[in-house]
Amino acid sequence: MISVQNIKKSYGDTLAVSNINFSVEQAELFGLIGPDGAGKTTIFRILTSLILPDEGKAILNGYDVVKDYKKIRQIIGYMPGRFSLYQDLSVEENLNFFATVFGTTIEENYDLIKDIYKQIEPFKKRRAGKLSGGMKQKLALSCALIHKPEILVLDEPTTGVDAVSRKEFWDMLQRLKEKGITILVSTPYMDEASLCDRVALIQNGQIMQIDTPDNIVKSFKHELIAVKTENMHKLLHDLRNFSDTHSAFLFGQNIHYTSINSKINNEELKHYLQKNNHKNIEINKIQANIEDCFMELMT
Amino acid sequence: MRTIKFIIQKEFKQIFRNKSMLPMIFVIPLVQLLVLVNAATFEIKNIDLIIVDKDLSSTSRQLTAKFNGSAFFNVVKTTFSVQQAEDYLYQDIGDLVLVIPQNFEKQLVKNQKADIQLLINAIDGVVAGLSNYYATSIIAGLNKEVITRWYGVSKGNSAYKQISIQYSHWYNPELNYKTFMVPGILVLLITNIGLFLAGMNLVREKEIGTIEQINVTPIKKHHFIIGKLIPFWIISLFELALGLIIGKLVFDIPIIGSLWLVFSVTAIYMLVVLAIGLFISTITENQLQAMFFAFFFNLVFILMSGLFTAVESMPTWGQILNKINPIAYFIRVMRMVLLKGSTFIDILPEIISLSMFAVLMFSLAVWNYRKTS
Repeated sequence: MISVQNIKKSYGDTLAVSNINFSVEQAELFGLIGPDGAGKTTIFRILTSLILPDEGKAILNGYDVVKDYKKIRQIIGYMPGRFSLYQDLSVEENLNFFATVFGTTIEENYDLIKDIYKQIEPFKKRRAGKLSGGMKQKLALSCALIHKPEILVLDEPTTGVDAVSRKEFWDMLQRLKEKGITILVSTPYMDEASLCDRVALIQNGQIMQIDTPDNIVKSFKHELIAVKTENMHKLLHDLRNFSDTHSAFLFGQNIHYTSINSKINNEELKHYLQKNNHKNIEINKIQANIEDCFMELMT
Repeated sequence: MRTIKFIIQKEFKQIFRNKSMLPMIFVIPLVQLLVLVNAATFEIKNIDLIIVDKDLSSTSRQLTAKFNGSAFFNVVKTTFSVQQAEDYLYQDIGDLVLVIPQNFEKQLVKNQKADIQLLINAIDGVVAGLSNYYATSIIAGLNKEVITRWYGVSKGNSAYKQISIQYSHWYNPELNYKTFMVPGILVLLITNIGLFLAGMNLVREKEIGTIEQINVTPIKKHHFIIGKLIPFWIISLFELALGLIIGKLVFDIPIIGSLWLVFSVTAIYMLVVLAIGLFISTITENQLQAMFFAFFFNLVFILMSGLFTAVESMPTWGQILNKINPIAYFIRVMRMVLLKGSTFIDILPEIISLSMFAVLMFSLAVWNYRKTS
């Protein structure tokens, strides 16, 4: 169980995070979702006792991160955003080293890491620096799990990893959750938010909303449509100049559009776009996703 | 204990996997010893001499012949104009001008006294001092001959008495600079290994981010530090052994004192150096910064240490400053034990000072090394 109360941290004059409050239940997969520089890593570094908060309190399974930092370091497994294992040691040597540092052995906790480690075991004699991105993540996760932590803290584990490996990685997290491990994970990818039990949307050092992904999506009040024409750049510009527009953002191949009116008048919009020389206009009503909610919170 | 053992194991693996590490350990000592010891000599030979002999008498010829015959001097030009000689000096054609004025011999006979002028290029103070010393002793030799010849004074004659000085150079009878330099260069060598490699190694963990992963583990900081430093401590003792073997085989330096004592003091001294390296790595963020710091310390300590210049000739404040220079203590110990055969009791004050440095620097470094920022 994690409980964070009123955490604040500044670096010199720069306020990194403030007023951070959230709690994570035992065996819950909790996600911190936010863009780069939102303050995710700062929160994680406080929770892993690497930096001290200026204000506030954080309790992990009954231990205070400041006072009981020694205990904290035994019960957490931390995977920093940057690959932080020894590149000049082999897969096996890295794992062995971290097992020893935590006063355990690979054999003792092999059960926990078996699923993950057996995927990289064929390369166990290879230097960690020579592994692919996905394999590096698996090794880092194995090293973070080798001492059977009660809480797993993963800072952007899937950044820079291909889509297949990302999917595999989240499947692994689900299995670890089933074994009773509390998992705190951060990601800049909105599509990964729906894989968490609950998420906190974070922006500019502030938490804007905490809820289950479903509830967050449900809380989206506007009607949402996807608009597509031949000239997307001009479309975005024209939509933003339209008098009824509440928001218009480019999402992949479409522009997600909300109106200031509770109901969108498709005909009127189409008419406006035709007047502005748009061709092949496609308008479809769609369901909001986490990213839409996030953009909504930002506006 | 198991953790420390494992960290040491890990460090050795990493050291030997680092491609630049092995050449550093084996090639650097060889090159430094062979090049520096042969090159860094204070004996000055072949001083380029310009002679201005305006007298051209038998006495003046006798003098120039003496200079010509000396191994230290090399007559490059002779001229009759002082102006011309000064130009040569300016153009770096010669280092020293000997001016014998007109009527030199006459004056000597008439007044029993005559003047000679020496113009010395003193850009390098050491060279100038030595040139002066060599030239003066040649002139003094002539003086003696002249007196003996003209006045018929021979040894034992009461009319001309003099104190004759006989030198005997102890502990280095032939004043062999190699004997003097090898222990010093050895010190330089292992200091570099300790300061650069060890300091660099710890800051490298910061730079590549592995320290982040280490810091969240329950590893105790003294375990981590001890585990990181012991490999370099062992390597530097190995370097010393290698250096002594080269010194003995190539330069035939005398090893009079006890080798056990040499290695024991080195062991203590290396703790000081490693602690300084560690301290540098705690106050820097990357290898480049650490390098600059280490270089700064190294240069100041080594130039102050008495390796190249005598500590006794430094100004008082410099000598006081040297009281906190571990390299100075260590060079003294190395020379005393290796060349003079000093025993434990003789170097006890140095051992005590070095031990104090070790404790002090280690406390400072460990105190400054934090796992939480």
